[in-house]
Amino acid sequence: MAQAENSYYVPHGSHWPIFGSVAVCTLLVGMANYLNGTSWGGNMALVGFGLLVIMLFGWFGTVVKESRAGLYNTQVDVSFRWGMFWFIFSEVMFFAAFFGALFYARNYSLPWLSGEGSGAMTNMFLYEGFEASWPSAANGPGNVGGEYKPMGAWGLPAINTALLLSSGVTLTWAHHALKAGHRAQLIIGLFLTVALGAIFMACQVLEYKEAYEHYGLTLGSGIYGTTFFMLTGFHGFHVTIGAIILAVILFRCMSGHFSSDNHFGFEAAAWYWHFVDVVWLGLFVFVYLV
Amino acid sequence: MSTVAAGDHHDHPESPYSIKRWLFTTNHKDIGTLYLWFSFIMFLIGGVMALVIRTELFQPGLQFVDPQFFNSMTTMHAIMMIFGVVMPAFTGLANWLIPMMIGAPDMALPRMNNWSFWILPFAFAMMLSTLFMDGGGPAGGWTLYPPLTLQTGDALPFVILSMHFMGLSSIMGAINVVATVLNMRAPGMTLMKMPLFVWTWLITAYLLIAVMPVLAGGITMLLTDKYFGTSFFNAAGGGDPVMFQHIFWFFGHPEVYILILPSFGVVSSIIPTFARKPLFGYASMVYATGAIAFLSFIVWAHHMFTVGMPLAGELFFMFATMLIAVPTGVKVFNWIATMWRGSMTFETPMLFALGFIVMFSIGGFSGLMLALAPVDFQYHDTYFVVAHFHYVLVPGSIFAIIAAVYYWLPKWCGNMYSEGLGKTHFWLSTIFVNLTFFPMHFVGLAGMPRRIPDYALQFSDYNMMATIGAFGFGLSQLLFLVLVIKAIRSGNKATSQVWEDAEGLEWTLPSPAPYHSFSTPPAIK
Repeated sequence: MAQAENSYYVPHGSHWPIFGSVAVCTLLVGMANYLNGTSWGGNMALVGFGLLVIMLFGWFGTVVKESRAGLYNTQVDVSFRWGMFWFIFSEVMFFAAFFGALFYARNYSLPWLSGEGSGAMTNMFLYEGFEASWPSAANGPGNVGGEYKPMGAWGLPAINTALLLSSGVTLTWAHHALKAGHRAQLIIGLFLTVALGAIFMACQVLEYKEAYEHYGLTLGSGIYGTTFFMLTGFHGFHVTIGAIILAVILFRCMSGHFSSDNHFGFEAAAWYWHFVDVVWLGLFVFVYLV
Repeated sequence: MSTVAAGDHHDHPESPYSIKRWLFTTNHKDIGTLYLWFSFIMFLIGGVMALVIRTELFQPGLQFVDPQFFNSMTTMHAIMMIFGVVMPAFTGLANWLIPMMIGAPDMALPRMNNWSFWILPFAFAMMLSTLFMDGGGPAGGWTLYPPLTLQTGDALPFVILSMHFMGLSSIMGAINVVATVLNMRAPGMTLMKMPLFVWTWLITAYLLIAVMPVLAGGITMLLTDKYFGTSFFNAAGGGDPVMFQHIFWFFGHPEVYILILPSFGVVSSIIPTFARKPLFGYASMVYATGAIAFLSFIVWAHHMFTVGMPLAGELFFMFATMLIAVPTGVKVFNWIATMWRGSMTFETPMLFALGFIVMFSIGGFSGLMLALAPVDFQYHDTYFVVAHFHYVLVPGSIFAIIAAVYYWLPKWCGNMYSEGLGKTHFWLSTIFVNLTFFPMHFVGLAGMPRRIPDYALQFSDYNMMATIGAFGFGLSQLLFLVLVIKAIRSGNKATSQVWEDAEGLEWTLPSPAPYHSFSTPPAIK
């Protein structure tokens, strides 16, 4: 490579970013048209999504190739670390918005609608007799979405907590194995992590099915259903992404891409997975438990 | 310094007329240039929208546009100017300057840098296309408050998804700045030796990463409320429309500091050069910037004093807001102290920087007035608010961006601009900007509401002045365009130092700065 020994690697021009812009733009315009009720919007979004997948393969593939070619020195590695760290921080803030909505609804809007504090007049004139109680009657004075049964903490959610916590353990085990150079343990540990993630998602699907079919609990069940499904839904989406990332890392481990002292790809995936884990603990406490 | 990388074939840029160069570039200078030109184009588009607004308001009565279109002009003008002009312009400056200022070969993540820029034309094409849709563009104000915004027609999902797209660009750009500043400094460039522009951008980037995702969350809630039956902002379902305002302004208030902090950095670079004295109170400038950033997270509800918050909330947000005057006062004091007994000259960048200090302070003072909850009940949603935030954004942020362009343009293109035209540009801009926005204080205090296409007869004179000022200001900016193009094409050659007393690593490079600079880190004293 023309790059001077040990200098910071600045890549040549790349067509992946502009390809990614076209892909995401197609995806978003498709989604917007789908929401506006056109017949072709959904298909356009799918095309955009397909292009996005191609872009991700291409872009990350280039990065993997460059990394394998030894173009990245320690300083580049540190840039990736800061990049991943701040990306995860941005994700934390995204979830913070939804947790904020949950706390606001529980501590302010529902009590005010029930006539507490400055809400006395609202309650008297608009919603006379309405009294909210979280979680069982938290779909507002309009009883939006009808009667529902809230999701308890000690069934599937508790199992899911155990699943995710153990996946954190298996992942750490795999990381230790990677550092110690035990390939078999690394691959088993990583495989178990992905499997636990997949089982978690399966349980999540069961739980949603249960909610819709037997609990009368839907996304439209007032603020309770809204916060329940939006928080657990976005979390589930992140678990899915995390599991896909870990699966890719598993394949890379099997192809021997990582060494005991140089494996940031693995660590980035692990950071992401632990972040998803921590969000779940927040969910378990604030959505299911209290 | 490029001897190490000699023979590197990417040392030579492709021809500037090659479209591939601009589409695929990973060079921080190319990307900075793209950002700055994009910002200028958006400035013209957003400016035309402002002129539509001012044309309608020239006289009382409805004469040119219908009220719905008027409202979508105010909404779009704000979105264009905030997300399309000020933020990209600062990111462009960051791209051009930060690597040169800290002695880095490029930004930390060059490919992602390209994507941060190339998202913008797509996202803004999406946003602008909504003006031609059924039901017109978004007309509920840039703050997108429900339930009004949920009445938008076909445009709504385009508006929301394009804002997600812009947010993606901002977050990636900000992550790049943080990674660059934390990881790419030349050996010896400790944090407390960094130029203030780098410091203010580091803190701005942190704010961006912290609050853009919150906006993403808030507008996602709007989308699900409208299309998927959720009840976030629906009182009947136990939600609350006011909750949107809390989420929005938790983003929105740090956002207004995102729009101003890099200006502080620019002014802190320019004043010492033309006063020929080092910046007074460097460390206190850094701490003041940090304090402003911290406070920005705990003042958001001062945008909502009249919404019906509990008294304790009104008081907390009032006092917290007034605290911001302290670190801001430190900054203004330090700029003035820097000039105190300095050996001053008044080249164009200095004029714009001085204009910034004076007029930004006017905006700061009207901000203090608005911070007082009891009196805000009178000013709220009047033209007084419009006057306030235009004073901090136009002769504030925009003047700082223009000052930065004058100051660093010789370094970018290797030629000096025409000082005579520059000074003309400054005086025309300053006169017209005040003619536009100063009368708005008076009509606002007298009770003229914002976002209304018609008004009572007694406000006519001041509105007429404001409209004349707006056209004057808009036309003056064409002079700026001519001047910049002239400087790029011809003009006296600039030296590498450019300004007699300029300090900083960027002035050690030749003018124009080579395509790749600091491939080997410079030595820092």
